[in-house]
Amino acid sequence: MTLLIWSVACLVVGVLLWLLGDLIWHGIGQLSWAFLTTAPQKAGRAGGIAPILVSTALIVGVCLATAIPLGVGTAVLLVEFSPQRGLFGRLVRLSLDVLAGVPSIVFGLFGNAFFSKTLGLGFSILAGGLTLACMVLPILIRSTQEGLRAVPDDYRRSAAALGLSRTAALWVLLLPAAMPGLAVGILLGLGRAIAETAALIFTSGYVDRMPDSLLDSGRALSVHIFDLAMNISGGEANAYASALLLAIGLMVINAIISGLAHWFRGSRIQVI
Amino acid sequence: MQQYPASLTVPHLSTVQTQNLTLHYGNKTAFKEITLTLEPGKITALIGPSGCGKTSFLNCLNRLVELTPNATVSGRILLEDQDIRAINVIKLRRRVGMLFQKPNPFPLSIQKNLEFPLRHHGIKSQDRINHIIEDSFQQVGLWEEVKDRLKMPALSLSGGQQQRLCLARALALEPEILLMDEPCSALDPISSEIIEDLLLHLRGRYTLLVVTHNLAQAKRIADHTALFWVQEGAGALVEAGTTTQLFETPQHSLTRAYITGRKG
Amino acid sequence: MFPWLSEAIFIGVLRGLAVVSGVVALLILLFLLQEALPFLQQIGFARFFQDASWHPVSQEYNLLPMLWGTLFVTVGSVLLATPLGILSAVFCQYYAPPAIAQVYRRLIELLAGIPSVVYGFWGLVVLVPLIGQLHPPGPSLLAGILILSVMILPTVALVADASFSNVPPDYLRGAAALGLGRWATVRSVVMPAAKAGLLAGVMLETGRAIGETMAVLMVCGNVVQVPDSLFAPMRTLTANIALEVAYAVGDHRAALFVSGLVLMGLIVVLVAIAEVIQQGKIYD
Repeated sequence: MTLLIWSVACLVVGVLLWLLGDLIWHGIGQLSWAFLTTAPQKAGRAGGIAPILVSTALIVGVCLATAIPLGVGTAVLLVEFSPQRGLFGRLVRLSLDVLAGVPSIVFGLFGNAFFSKTLGLGFSILAGGLTLACMVLPILIRSTQEGLRAVPDDYRRSAAALGLSRTAALWVLLLPAAMPGLAVGILLGLGRAIAETAALIFTSGYVDRMPDSLLDSGRALSVHIFDLAMNISGGEANAYASALLLAIGLMVINAIISGLAHWFRGSRIQVI
Repeated sequence: MQQYPASLTVPHLSTVQTQNLTLHYGNKTAFKEITLTLEPGKITALIGPSGCGKTSFLNCLNRLVELTPNATVSGRILLEDQDIRAINVIKLRRRVGMLFQKPNPFPLSIQKNLEFPLRHHGIKSQDRINHIIEDSFQQVGLWEEVKDRLKMPALSLSGGQQQRLCLARALALEPEILLMDEPCSALDPISSEIIEDLLLHLRGRYTLLVVTHNLAQAKRIADHTALFWVQEGAGALVEAGTTTQLFETPQHSLTRAYITGRKG
Repeated sequence: MFPWLSEAIFIGVLRGLAVVSGVVALLILLFLLQEALPFLQQIGFARFFQDASWHPVSQEYNLLPMLWGTLFVTVGSVLLATPLGILSAVFCQYYAPPAIAQVYRRLIELLAGIPSVVYGFWGLVVLVPLIGQLHPPGPSLLAGILILSVMILPTVALVADASFSNVPPDYLRGAAALGLGRWATVRSVVMPAAKAGLLAGVMLETGRAIGETMAVLMVCGNVVQVPDSLFAPMRTLTANIALEVAYAVGDHRAALFVSGLVLMGLIVVLVAIAEVIQQGKIYD
């Protein structure tokens, strides 16, 4: 049995190394400053990915700019200002549980019907970003809730005993103390947004030009990889480079998350 | 005994009265029908075995109990003949300060711990704030220890220092009443003695209510003592009187049993 | 802090934000229904199972091939990934030296963090040609199962790892005192104690497998047919939507939204099952 278990472990590590090795082997040669800063040519077979990086950043920016206030506000209300068993809180919680389970392609369908069609945003960075915002919302809310719940109740009681309003306690004590949870949530959301493809294909679209405004269609990096791999023969080399870049980006984000989580567990003492 | 400089302001001495005060948590009764008066400027000790509602009683006096879901209070609490439910809760908690069992400074700097509540209560002038901070730390004998490290995190102080900081934080708001929930029980003997000294020093300038498990401490510091006991599943007031009376000529058999260590 | 922002206004603002957050799920359902329902009423649910084939241009809307496709890929990958994932967690908790276990955990987390489009790409350029050499054409049910297995394995492994670490150490000491070997302990003490957690992990990975789009879209070949062997190409529900929404109009578009509803239905059933299991865990 010991042998079997060790070989399972080796198999898993082997697959991971194979995948990463393959990406690095084929992708590293293409990655260069020029690749990052020039526009794609011949449908992406040649040239770089500059407009794609800009579009990706804009989509993710729209996503976070919408999701952070919504998510943090909701989490604060659920944890600090609504009774655990209240009807309102329970309904919001239930709907967030459902939201967390919805497959990304369904978010894509919804984004296409609601943002692109009904709101008339068409295939645009705005529509894509807003669709992703709906998708990362539950992640953000959950992490913020956990961050706030980790703040000892002593703070709330002693603040109340000093005659501080709940709002004041929130701004000065609770939110700063919940910051690590919040940061983890934002990074998780960021990772999910950058990795997402299916929800973007028919919300933000395929156009690989440099976007002029948020109402332009813009191609995300993940969509670019998909398109090069599936629809463009001879696009493999640049697809490899883009995939490597995306994988590296996500690994960096994940490393920061686990670092933050460790630091958070290690010390709860912060000075403001 | 260390000499503490007198405060610059002379606080107003107030009295608190509870009338038939009863507290329920859902279906459970924490204590019932407690009628007790805190004499102005005196120290009243609240003694009794654990679980008899002493802490809950304390939490009613500054309406902190309202933070607990399904807590219901009946009866009346009068602060200077005014029902505390008629007082704005924020103003009430400013007038009725509290010190918790475990020192609980905020995770802010030493200075901010005092400054932030003051600002919140509408004191804008930095000069005045600094003045109050120094004065409050002087009152608890902490000024010399912290004056050069006001920007350091409050959590870097020792347990005893933290508790004195919390006391200073409460005093900075110039309360009339101070509620203390076993303020020494989480501290080492030396820190505990310092806090006890402080309480004696505060006598006559604030109306104090101190919950304690330590009978010797109650004897040493309290002018009045009240004994709580669990009767029929709920906390009840067994006997109250001057400390001398209660310890030397107890009226109730439970009191006799408790102070001689036969019960509780 | 903000004297002009009284507490009541602040809470009002928070409530507004929470309502928006809560309404998103409702909106999604509403829009799926709005697009799908008129069409569904017009032709009835039965036609999605009885039509000759999926051929929207000539009004044929049989979803069965895609449903079977989703079912095969999901079942296959769950069957493959579950034992591997659980054994990985067993390795971490009970077999590997602590340092190796720590590194192994990091690697699993790394695996979990790779985006699905990268898995799909790797499957397309590495796995599919390999399978093609073994048995043409290459893009196939097998490719889908393999790539999905790698993707969902970290989910089971991490959940199983967490539930193993929640098993009270007393159980392990008790088993050791009885002279049980390592594997016997894991099988007869740890597994039963962690059962609820393991089941929740399986539900979670199943949900991921059903909902996954890009990877299966890239490696399965997307032919509309019920696969008759592991090497036959096929199409899943999710891939079907991804392939066709961009150009679908009218009834065709509505039919795709119907398949979106079906997908939602599957996920809701899974969430409900997981919920029941979680409840069971509380009463254990």
